Amino acid sequence: MAYRNYVLVCGGTGCESSSADQIFKNLINEVDAAGMSDQVQVLKTGCFGFCEQGPIVKILPEQAFYVQVKPEDAKEIIQEHVVKGRRVDRLQYKEENSASGAITDTEGMKFYQKQYRIVLRNCGIIDPEKIDEYIARDGYAALEKVLFDMTPEQVIDELKKSGLRGRGGAGFPTWMKWNFSKQVESDQKYIVCNADEGDPGAYMDRSTLEGDPHSVLEAMAIAGFTCGANQGYIYIRAEYPLAIDRLKIAIKQAKEYGLLGENILGSKFSFDIEIRLGAGAFVCGEETALLASLEGNRGMPIPRPPFPAVKGLWGKPTVINNVETNANIPVIILKGGDWYSKIGTATSKGTKVFALTGKIKNSGLIEVPMGITLREIVYDIGGGIPGGKKFKAAQSGGPSGGVITAEHLDTPIDYENLSKLGSIMGSGGLIVMDEDDCMVDFAKFYLEFTVDESCGKCAPCRIGGKQLFGLLEKVTKGTAVVEDIQKMRDISLAMQKASLCGLGQTAPNPVLSTINNFYDEYMAHINDAKCPSGKCKDLMSYEILSDKCVGCTLCARKCPVNCISGEKQKPHVIDQSKCIKCGECYASCKFKAITLG
Amino acid sequence: MFEKEEAKVKLSTDLKSFIDLWKNKSGNLIMILHRVQQEYGYVPREVALELSKILDVPLAKIYGVVTFYHFFKLTKPGKNQIAVCMGTACYLKGGEDIILEIERLLGLPVNGTTEDGEFSLDAVRCIGCCGLAPVMTINGEVFGKVKKDMLPDIIAKFKGKN
Repeated sequence: MAYRNYVLVCGGTGCESSSADQIFKNLINEVDAAGMSDQVQVLKTGCFGFCEQGPIVKILPEQAFYVQVKPEDAKEIIQEHVVKGRRVDRLQYKEENSASGAITDTEGMKFYQKQYRIVLRNCGIIDPEKIDEYIARDGYAALEKVLFDMTPEQVIDELKKSGLRGRGGAGFPTWMKWNFSKQVESDQKYIVCNADEGDPGAYMDRSTLEGDPHSVLEAMAIAGFTCGANQGYIYIRAEYPLAIDRLKIAIKQAKEYGLLGENILGSKFSFDIEIRLGAGAFVCGEETALLASLEGNRGMPIPRPPFPAVKGLWGKPTVINNVETNANIPVIILKGGDWYSKIGTATSKGTKVFALTGKIKNSGLIEVPMGITLREIVYDIGGGIPGGKKFKAAQSGGPSGGVITAEHLDTPIDYENLSKLGSIMGSGGLIVMDEDDCMVDFAKFYLEFTVDESCGKCAPCRIGGKQLFGLLEKVTKGTAVVEDIQKMRDISLAMQKASLCGLGQTAPNPVLSTINNFYDEYMAHINDAKCPSGKCKDLMSYEILSDKCVGCTLCARKCPVNCISGEKQKPHVIDQSKCIKCGECYASCKFKAITLG
Repeated sequence: MFEKEEAKVKLSTDLKSFIDLWKNKSGNLIMILHRVQQEYGYVPREVALELSKILDVPLAKIYGVVTFYHFFKLTKPGKNQIAVCMGTACYLKGGEDIILEIERLLGLPVNGTTEDGEFSLDAVRCIGCCGLAPVMTINGEVFGKVKKDMLPDIIAKFKGKN
């Protein structure tokens, strides 16, 4: 430790977009102005995970945790904390509901206490644009170990012992995938990293790539050595410019250090990695569609088998792993499969990264051991639901998953339990809903997404999705009949059984899961034409209560479509035929004279 | 017979050298289209035609790819590009209301461009700032925790600029 203090600025997309870069520059200027450049280092790191209260600045070794920092706070932070040793109280994170409302440093924060960081081990700690910092934290030591002390069989054996399963969603054992590809004789093989994170409301992979790109490169090289491939591709969303930039820098640095390219570390093994951009097609998260896209074509899936591990990119054996799966691998090689398999449950080993979002106090990126309960995630890490509202459900697996209800808050989270509950682990989106959210509307949201994203190749997905969406729309408009529920179940079953790829097979999950768990809510829409949470606009109307309205005219002035009329100081009325149900009048009325029913 | 469409566009040197670099790599089409869109803001027909010649790929295939992926555009976007995130977190926190309000304020539909070409509006897939939901961007600048009443000010910031 050459420096007295380290000032870490979160450089994840969330904080970056709220002026983290300006904060970073200002901090450097302030350190210079204080003449302390040789004692204090200012670093921009990957995501700290606590996105709710970003931008975040952390100071080591004290572990002070400053939240919602503004560029103009830089001076005070440096002058007070670094120069005079007095913490800036007003910016420090304060734990809600703690005995003293006390200021907490990083280690004391409930948000971090139940987390276990393997994948995110370097996120928020190292500067992702400096390979030396990755190396200083055992980076590329696993690659070196594999190249000089292990055979491909031993690598596979270690992965087998670890119990690592693919983190992209389906949970296929990683060692089996690698082994299939290894056993195929071929003049050319490929390693592909799937970074086409398409699940709306999830950003685990983006944060990993932004915060620790080398961990993925290292794992891909290890996969190349094990399976006998010399070329890797990272297929990443074009919508992730920051992650792409950091990957480019990382690849360049790794090549300069001889950790990628010809004869890595002087061995006989050569491996190169190229970045290829996706172009916004959710279906490209499916392996065969991803490969079609990599080949420059429309991303449409083809039937399996043959599996990509046998016949993949340009007809050659191809191993496809997701970002999070990759980031686990160097640690497993260094610490051993046995160590890894001690974390988690009987069938699901290790940790899982979740993007915890929606109606939750501490939105952010978390990594937890498998087997943790949803209650611990929502209430201990997430801090509960804002505004004193009640927890209604959480959705895992995005458009392919289902809801977990309050009744199952204490079920340990692993692949098998989630599938028993009618959901899936998925890639890591975890969206919390409160009593204001309508489950029918929510299912419709996801189905609209999958209908839009269906590639149209197979009929069950193309036609089934559209029909299912039509029925849901009827429910939200109050024109459905009870028999429509059975129709929805039938169509869902056909889609699950007959669709060509995972997109169509799992698209009905949000619908089935909400029907099964919130049947009453569907019935309220169908039988009573009521949306209990007041979300389905077609089923509600705003009314002015004549006994409470004082005729202040505020609502009439606020109304964007001028559908409220009445004389001054006399009760007003809403013209329902013109009302667009925007809620402006409801929000502006100071006399609670407007009701929503 | 159909008359063959002639390309009437001159590509910039940068774009040309990018294409030369990728020309002989397999699976190059999407990467080249990204570069084209970066330059023009969309994929103009003349450029697609020129690409078809340089890469010896049918124009139909290029259009097949362009129309398959949401990211590629065939029409010129506005000078100021507004994108409202419609990821799940933003949707739950009112992303749709934000879109409706922008539609009303600017009088343009989603995927549309104002008549003066100043603004275009898109509903986009998750941009991954879920902690800031609901989120919108204008020309890449991110606005988080957006409320309807903030919109006139945000839009005014860009009106008449660029």
